[in-house]
Amino acid sequence: MTDTLLSYDDALAQFDPALGLEVHVELNTETKMFCGCPTTFGAEPNTQTCPTCLGLPGSMPVVNAKGVESAIRIGLALNCEIAEWCRFARKNYFYPDMPKNFQTSQYDEPIAFNGFMDVEVNGETYRVGIERAHMEEDTGKSLHVGGSTGRIHGADYSLVDYNRAGIPLIEIVTKPVLGTGDKAPEVARAYVGQLRELLLGLGVSDVRMEQGSLRCDVNLSLAPKGSGTLGTRTETKNVNSLRSVERAARYEVQRHAAVLAGGGRVFQETRHWHEDTGVTTSGREKSDADDYRYFPEPDLVPVAPSREWVAELKTRLPEPPHEKRARLQQEWGFSELEMRDTLGAGALGLVEETIAAGTAPQAARKWWLGELARRANETETEIGALGVTPVDVARVQSLVDDGTLNDKLARQVFDGLLDREGTPDEIVAARGLAIVSDDGALSAAVDNAIAANPDVADKIRDGKVAAAGALIGAVMKEMRGQADANRVRELVLERLT
Amino acid sequence: MPETSEHPGAPEDGRAAVEQPTLSRDQVAHLADLARIDLSDAELDHLAPQLSVILDSIASIQGVAGDDVPPTSHTLPLTNVFRDDVVRPGLTAEEALSGAPEVEQQRFKVPRILGEEQ
Amino acid sequence: MAAALDDGATTSVEITQAHLDRISEVDGAVHAFLQVDTEGALRDAAASDARRAAGSPAGPLDGVPIAVKDVVATRGLPTTCGSRILEGWVPPYDATVVARLRAAGLPILGKTNMDEFAMGSSTEHSAFGPTHNPWDLDRIPGGSGGGSAAAVAAYEAPLAIGTDTGGSIRQPGAVTGTVGVKPTYGGVSRYGLVSLANSFDQAGPVTRSVLDAALLHEVIGGHDPLDSTSIDQPVPALVEAARRGADGDLTGVRIGVVSELGGEGYQDGVLARFAESVELMTKAGAEVVEVSCPSFVHALATYYLILPAEASSNLARFDAMRYGLRVTPDGDPSAEDVMRATREAGFGDEVKRRIILGTFALSSGYYDAYYGQAQKVRTLVTRDFEAAFRLADVLVSPTAPTTAFKIGEKVDDPLAMYLNDLATIPANLSGVPGISIPSGLADEDGLPAGVQILAPAMADDRVYRVGAALEALLGQEWGGALLDRAPQLTGAGA
Repeated sequence: MTDTLLSYDDALAQFDPALGLEVHVELNTETKMFCGCPTTFGAEPNTQTCPTCLGLPGSMPVVNAKGVESAIRIGLALNCEIAEWCRFARKNYFYPDMPKNFQTSQYDEPIAFNGFMDVEVNGETYRVGIERAHMEEDTGKSLHVGGSTGRIHGADYSLVDYNRAGIPLIEIVTKPVLGTGDKAPEVARAYVGQLRELLLGLGVSDVRMEQGSLRCDVNLSLAPKGSGTLGTRTETKNVNSLRSVERAARYEVQRHAAVLAGGGRVFQETRHWHEDTGVTTSGREKSDADDYRYFPEPDLVPVAPSREWVAELKTRLPEPPHEKRARLQQEWGFSELEMRDTLGAGALGLVEETIAAGTAPQAARKWWLGELARRANETETEIGALGVTPVDVARVQSLVDDGTLNDKLARQVFDGLLDREGTPDEIVAARGLAIVSDDGALSAAVDNAIAANPDVADKIRDGKVAAAGALIGAVMKEMRGQADANRVRELVLERLT
Repeated sequence: MPETSEHPGAPEDGRAAVEQPTLSRDQVAHLADLARIDLSDAELDHLAPQLSVILDSIASIQGVAGDDVPPTSHTLPLTNVFRDDVVRPGLTAEEALSGAPEVEQQRFKVPRILGEEQ
Repeated sequence: MAAALDDGATTSVEITQAHLDRISEVDGAVHAFLQVDTEGALRDAAASDARRAAGSPAGPLDGVPIAVKDVVATRGLPTTCGSRILEGWVPPYDATVVARLRAAGLPILGKTNMDEFAMGSSTEHSAFGPTHNPWDLDRIPGGSGGGSAAAVAAYEAPLAIGTDTGGSIRQPGAVTGTVGVKPTYGGVSRYGLVSLANSFDQAGPVTRSVLDAALLHEVIGGHDPLDSTSIDQPVPALVEAARRGADGDLTGVRIGVVSELGGEGYQDGVLARFAESVELMTKAGAEVVEVSCPSFVHALATYYLILPAEASSNLARFDAMRYGLRVTPDGDPSAEDVMRATREAGFGDEVKRRIILGTFALSSGYYDAYYGQAQKVRTLVTRDFEAAFRLADVLVSPTAPTTAFKIGEKVDDPLAMYLNDLATIPANLSGVPGISIPSGLADEDGLPAGVQILAPAMADDRVYRVGAALEALLGQEWGGALLDRAPQLTGAGA
């Protein structure tokens, strides 16, 4: 069944969207939230379990201190209040990948609440309120066997691996995000992107959407324009890339608008995003089956972080991303546009590290954005995963600075780096890329060029010094680009003027 | 205001006082459904009145403690019981799977799953 | 027994074999055991003898065999909790209590019968058939830990481990003429104890004397980092308290008789034996005061809201996916269908009743009125205890309102069954420790009754001191132990 969609512009002409975002972050702790099992991604199935995370009868949970610390740091970085006293609660529902058939989570006493994050979209700032951030545990992973799709529907049976069961999760829930108008999908994307950056800066998670260590649900509802009364909300799951966050939000705006404009009713339901086709499909309708029967987890005692601990964690927080960006922009002398491009390419940290390694800011920007971003795009690779490090870029630039390389040669060094041929110096040596400035080798090439281009030589003799470029080009060609262009020019002029 | 969460900071899921100490057959059937027990008709006939009697006798508790009485979820005055983030030896895959009704590819084999993933 | 091991008069293998023989002889009639581990027990006994021969026993109870309630996980030994749904499940790990027993050198004879998932007061709710009271095989041995109490009363085991959620150690102790202790909540690790109601459950000793209980309690007690609710403080000197109490002197001890725990609903013979115990203690120098705990009248209702709520969640894991029973209905069943069919077939009536009741108590719209209210009343019960313990060092009451009733008498009358725990439940609501010791035989039926002694949380030594004193005083009256008067069990019924 295909959904009817209203064009985006028509939808926005009639309705105001309200966003809500729920992000689940897997922490990068060594061990699970409630037991000492390792959390290594990609281990052999069911090799990282114990009685507790398998939910065996009689087993009991013990809270990972690092998980609590990370939760508090995330809360603080999101400008939240940190609970003086809070408890874990059981969320009761049956599902085969959940070993106890309840999830140990938090209910009405989250560890962090009432914060905000300022999100920038094209130079405009939107304040996204944070309702809460709470601690919970992940479920196991099911492999659906049989059927045509490998999906849950139509499968003959499923195979469950509990390695992931019990890995610490922090669920971060926004307040309703209102007043973003047609920017709603972009704000959604920017929020998740900047949240990712913030979590990366805190060092609390790998935040790899493709591995599921950051997962996003997009909630959306529409209000008739100017009315302020919001309609029914849908919750779209399985939105696992930044691009999908924006696309899914946009899709739901158009779908809701079509339903409402046609006089229909939006059902409160879970929907699933399909990356390949770019649509959402209906999951299950919310009903009283969602009676999770929360109650305080009797096997765990309350968490009461001391104010001293919270204060200490606060002083050790890294600089907030937006402040850091403002500071770096000023230090580096980047324009608004340059800064935005750097951010957009996901290269801020790379540029920063390159500059820290001794490269001038504009040179660092030039290589990452002018050269490497293009190559990442061509190969559909993340710029950070190209295999070129900030230290490599800094070394290439220092070779340019000392005259060993020119820009053209430098690009060839990057070719070598992308092909994993070794360090920049090894590549220069192996490919024989260094500039030749030795007069002996250059003089012969200059003489050859003059002999081959007598008319050009005559022009120069007549005082048209600008014509020297053609001879320099010929020398460079003969030297396969490795000549020191300044010295060549000097030699040409010595001979002809 | 739209809901942004299935469990927002201040839950408003209608957990209000209800003074109705009987359980109908339909209610028992619904509760059994929530608890994933396939009760037979005979059991429903038997259990519903029995549970109503029990509920009637324990419903006396309503109104015993006023709003000024704090609830006790833990009798011990303990807080902040944590462990260090250090790996402890767990089970081998063989031990983990030792009780499984069915195993395939070193995983727990379970019948096809109807509901959506949570 | 430990002394005989110490001076070389006997060996652990001899003692263990003698108990295994006794089990073969009488357990056909008593049915205290669900599982007997002959091979494992004798192997551990031999290892114990080797330690003693080398002059390095693991502790005072090294070599003394023990029975363990089947709700406690034992690595390599089936653990069923008296339920079909766990039939044949062999845990890949040991409960902390069991690990401590093993470390202290106690050979494990086997696993004892119990009401399914510890829900009951008669052991009739075991999926594997009831246990019979050694005093009268037609009667119940109490519950849920009827198997442990009966094993000890029938001399099938010198010691046993029980668990007490609302009286499951103390009430069976009372009706079988044995000693049972519920330690302070958090005093003995719950790791590996299959949860009934997590905030009430506590494992403890089942023995024939107060001193034995103290010795066993010191083995299993103390902080466990695997149990977040475990108390991180040293266990009080319990053996010392029991030895001190054995002189029978109670001078200066204030004993509170709880007015709400007695009178209506209590059997005359039980009340008579209780009154005698109080009189003996008075003669031994104790100061007896009457204390009132008005909220105790709501204890039973509170308990039967909180327990089913916690239990309904605890028992959700029994779903046929990872371990235990799997019932596959006809057709092309989904995981959901299999869960429903398995839970329907695998749980008994009482378990289903409580799961449904607990699901109700937690469900949307009813939480505040039931579960929330019960947690508040729990606070009132604790306040009553605090007030009472300002007036008295220990509180006393009959352990159970009646002596052992006939098997089948109350099995389908849940409310009547629940009343057996009237006197024992308040201690679980507040986490305070309690002991039950035999108070004599009721005149009307000649069956054992028990007296319960409660102390403030963390003051477990007091129940041992007063318990040992009363035991000594009663022993002088009787000219021996009460169990000496139990009828002889023979192999005839086996």
